[in-house]
Amino acid sequence: MELHQQYPVCLRINGQDREFNVESWVTLLDLLRERAGMTGTKKGCDQGQCGACTVLVDGKRINSCLTLAVMQNGKEITTVEGLAQGEDLHPLQQAFIECDAFQCGYCTPGQLCSAVGLMNEGQATSRDDVRELMSGNICRCGAYPQIADAVIQVMDLRKKDSGDKPAFTTGAVLA
Amino acid sequence: MNPFVFTQSKDLDGVLAALTSGEARPIAGGTNLLDLMKEGVMRPSQLVDINGLDLDRVEFDDDTGLLLGALARNADTAYNPLVRERFPLLSSAILAGASPQLRNMASNGGNLMQRTRCVYFYDVGTACNKREPGTGCPAKEGVNRQHAILGTSETCIATHPSDMCVALRALDATVHVQSSSGKRQIPFADFHRLPEDRPEIDNTLQPGELITHISVPQADRFMAHSAYIKVRDRLSYAFALVSVAAALDLDAGGVIKAARIALGGVAHKPWRVEAAEQQLVGQPAGETAFAAVADAILQGARGYGQNDFKLTLAKNAIVQALTTAARGTAIASGGRDAKGEQA
Repeated sequence: MELHQQYPVCLRINGQDREFNVESWVTLLDLLRERAGMTGTKKGCDQGQCGACTVLVDGKRINSCLTLAVMQNGKEITTVEGLAQGEDLHPLQQAFIECDAFQCGYCTPGQLCSAVGLMNEGQATSRDDVRELMSGNICRCGAYPQIADAVIQVMDLRKKDSGDKPAFTTGAVLA
Repeated sequence: MNPFVFTQSKDLDGVLAALTSGEARPIAGGTNLLDLMKEGVMRPSQLVDINGLDLDRVEFDDDTGLLLGALARNADTAYNPLVRERFPLLSSAILAGASPQLRNMASNGGNLMQRTRCVYFYDVGTACNKREPGTGCPAKEGVNRQHAILGTSETCIATHPSDMCVALRALDATVHVQSSSGKRQIPFADFHRLPEDRPEIDNTLQPGELITHISVPQADRFMAHSAYIKVRDRLSYAFALVSVAAALDLDAGGVIKAARIALGGVAHKPWRVEAAEQQLVGQPAGETAFAAVADAILQGARGYGQNDFKLTLAKNAIVQALTTAARGTAIASGGRDAKGEQA
């Protein structure tokens, strides 16, 4: 096997099956932005510290900068481009607008995907939980209170739909 | 990132054979390895993706305790209902580490194998005995706010960055490893090592060996009184300046029958002094006893300038963790309580 060989990668991205040939060292983030032409997912730090690159893989939120595209072969990827249904915004996107939850907007795609992942996980039951479980997404404009407002607004709506579910919360920190 | 050959295997024997040949490194979550490869700190010529191996389960048995698959994700481990209920210390420690995204990716085996976040280790433009043996340790007289105060050597003052490992050390876990020539079990105390004169070696895993499982003996006696306290520069998503895993077994009168105390952020491995824990046995749970045991645990500690504060901080954190544990395990406490603490 050669160091520069290309590897076939099949991904279902936002509901569409796509095929790529990439080198071993191409991250999922770089595949999305450079090969799939989907630049909604942002490259912030490229080292797992900022969360701007957050996407959902089979419904779980991950940092797309810290995984290789070849490791995700066969997986279903959801990026920020896949959240809206046509012209209808995802409830979180609508809530971000209503709550003024972004300023420059660079972290927003990652914030949105992370919040979708948070709700899929079902562990947050309070505002403190939301703050803690959104801590993997940095916002240098400092819109954290509004981001938490937006996520809580949508979670409350969801609660009315699905009834109160008991949920676990997160662990130990010393303030 | 350097070019490398990528292979995947669903066959443990195949993976072990590839590891035996020398060049290949296993990759699971990749959250630390890929980061290090981007920085040029690690440059493997071959990666073997081991995510297809059947090692991702979390199992519990009343007699044998907890068996964590090396490929079970940190998040799945921490949120496992049995882990939350029977091993709240472990669950809390895992959830204190990294971010939700990283915990979704990071494997249990990889958590043990993660490398120090020493800034000099990460910066290939500087000397570092861990990265390039023999080049020196600028941290000793440099930027060392995060660095070790216990078990250091002339060659290295780096810390092990894991939270999960601190709880595993307190709970007397065992690391199960396998190579082409057989299986081996390593007590957690012997898995990570101190730098001594070989700081480039983080642990006692031998070339060709792969972590397959981590077992934790049944720990019901500590269920009701445990706490993981993590002190860091910001409230979440930062490495520990000091962390403490504390577990107490108390009788009905509040007298200590057994104690476990392990520290993170202070040494090249999770720090635990069993002899000091013994001095708590038979004593009433309270600040006097806790302060005395903290002094015993921290005997020989020294600062390197910017991290001098850790000597006081570590003592206070030990007392705080034991006090919190004595009050009772707070399960499922995501938010901060009125006193600004979590446990």
